[in-house]
Amino acid sequence: MDLMLIAQLGVIGLTFFMLINASAILVLAERKIMGFMQQRYGPYLVGPHGILQPLADILKLLMKEELRPKGADKWLFTLAPMLSITAAFAAFAAVPWGAETRLFGLLDEPVKLGAADVNVGILVVFAITSMGVYGIVLAGWASNSKYSLLGGLRASAQMISYELSYATSLAAVILLAGSLSIREVVDGQSGVWLGFIPSWYIFLQPVGFIIYMIAGIAETNRAPFDFPEAEQELVAGYNTEYSSVRFALFPQAEYINMTTMAAVAADLYLGGWHGPFLPPEYGWIWFLLKVGAILFTYIWLRWTVPRYRYDQLMRFGWKWLFPASVVNLVVTAALILYFNA
Amino acid sequence: MPETLIFYALSGLAIGASAMVIGQRNPMYSVMMLIASFGALAGLYVQLDAPFVAVAQIIIYAGAIMVLFLFVVMLLNAPKEDGSEWDRSHPLRQPVVVRFGGLLGSLLVVQLGWALLSTRGLGGGVAAIGDAETVSSVRVLGRVLFSEYVFAFEATSILILVAMVGAVVLARREGEGS
Repeated sequence: MDLMLIAQLGVIGLTFFMLINASAILVLAERKIMGFMQQRYGPYLVGPHGILQPLADILKLLMKEELRPKGADKWLFTLAPMLSITAAFAAFAAVPWGAETRLFGLLDEPVKLGAADVNVGILVVFAITSMGVYGIVLAGWASNSKYSLLGGLRASAQMISYELSYATSLAAVILLAGSLSIREVVDGQSGVWLGFIPSWYIFLQPVGFIIYMIAGIAETNRAPFDFPEAEQELVAGYNTEYSSVRFALFPQAEYINMTTMAAVAADLYLGGWHGPFLPPEYGWIWFLLKVGAILFTYIWLRWTVPRYRYDQLMRFGWKWLFPASVVNLVVTAALILYFNA
Repeated sequence: MPETLIFYALSGLAIGASAMVIGQRNPMYSVMMLIASFGALAGLYVQLDAPFVAVAQIIIYAGAIMVLFLFVVMLLNAPKEDGSEWDRSHPLRQPVVVRFGGLLGSLLVVQLGWALLSTRGLGGGVAAIGDAETVSSVRVLGRVLFSEYVFAFEATSILILVAMVGAVVLARREGEGS
C-alpha cells in the first residue's frame, strides 16, 4: 500500500515536472520553428544548436528588476500572475496521459498514469481553464494602464465568446463516449475499424475537432487570435506593465495552457495512448507524439496566419463557430439516437 | 478526521470570504472574495460526494457569472466606497437601510437556527432520495431534470431568454439599424 502511494505521488510529481519542461521546450520550439519558417536558424548560440536558449531566457528574466507602477493595485497586481499559473497547472491535473503501468513488475497493483482520475474529468479541465481568464483580466485592471485594461477587457470578452463553442464541441464527444471521465473516453477509442482505420473520435467528429482546435487557439490567446496582447495596437496588452518573474509567469501559463489544450485534444479526439506497434504500457509515447503534433500545428498556425481584426473575431465566434458547434451537437445526438434505436 | 478538518477549513473560508464581500470598500476586492467563497462552496460539494455539482458551481458561477461581474465593475470603474457619511454616534441612530439589513440578518439567523434544530441528522435528505452514488450520478441527474422537473427547467430557460431579449431591447439605441 505504501509503495502504491509513493508510486502515485511519483506520477503526480512527474506530471508537474513534465509540464514545467513543456513550457521550456515550447519556447525553444516556437523560436526554432519560426526561424525555420522565415528561412533563418533561430537561436543558435547557447549550447549545441541553441538548445539551452530557454535556460538563458529564464535566467535573464529572474535577474531583472521587479517593477510595479505607482498607480497599480498592490495586491491584485501580484495576485494576477499567480492566478494565471495556478489555473494553468491545476487544469492538467485531471488529464490522464497513459494507460496503467506496473513499473516492470515492481508494483503489485497497476498505477494509473495521470495526476488525478476524476469521474467528471472533462468538466474539471473545462472549469479550471475558464478560471485562467481572471489572471489576465486582473493583470489588465490592476496595472492601471489603458493598454493593459484594453488587453484585459478583450481577453475576457474573447474567452467568454469562445468558451461556448469549446464546451459545445466537447459535449458532442461526451455524447459519443457516454462518459464524462477522460480515461473512459480514451478507452472507448481502442481498436480499429475495417481493419486499418484507428477508431478515434476525430473520424466521427471531424467538424467538432476543427471547432475544438479553433476555439482552443482563441482560449489560449494564440495568434491569429492573440488580441489581448496585440503588439501593434496595445504595446503588449495585459502584461505591458509587468517585468521579471511576474512577467515570465504569463507566457509560461500560456504555454502550459497550450499543452493542456493539445493533451485534451489528443485524449478526446486522437485516441490518447492507443496506437499501433507499441504495447499498452508504452502508450504514453503515442500520447507524447500526438501532443507534439498538435502543438506543432499551433506554432505553424501562429507563424503563417495573420491576425484577425477584433470585430471579425467576435463575428466569427458568434455567427459561425457557435452555430456550427450547436449543429454539430444536434446532428451527433440525432445520429446516436438513430443508430442505437 | 482530516475530512472534518477540511470541512471546517472550507466552511470557514466560505463564511469569511462572504463577510469580506460586504466588508470590502473596493468593489474589485468584493468580486474576488465572492469568487473565493464560490470556490470554497464547490469544495464542500466535493466533500458531499457530488463532484458534478461542484464542477457546475465553478463553471457557471465562478467561471461565467463572476467574469461578467468583473467586466461590469471594470467598465463602470466603480470607485471605492466612502464610509464617512454614516452617523456613528449611536448604534440605534442608523439610516433605514442599515436597520432593514439588521432585521433581515436576524431573521436569517433565526431561520437557520430553526432549520438546524428541526432536522434530525444531515444525511436524512439524501437517504430519502436514494444513496449518494445515485444522487451524484450525472445520468440520474439528467434524467430527473428532464422528466420530473422538466416544466420548471423549461420555464427557467424561457425566463432567462426573456431577460436576455429584454436586455438587448433596452440596450439598443433608438433609430439604429433594423
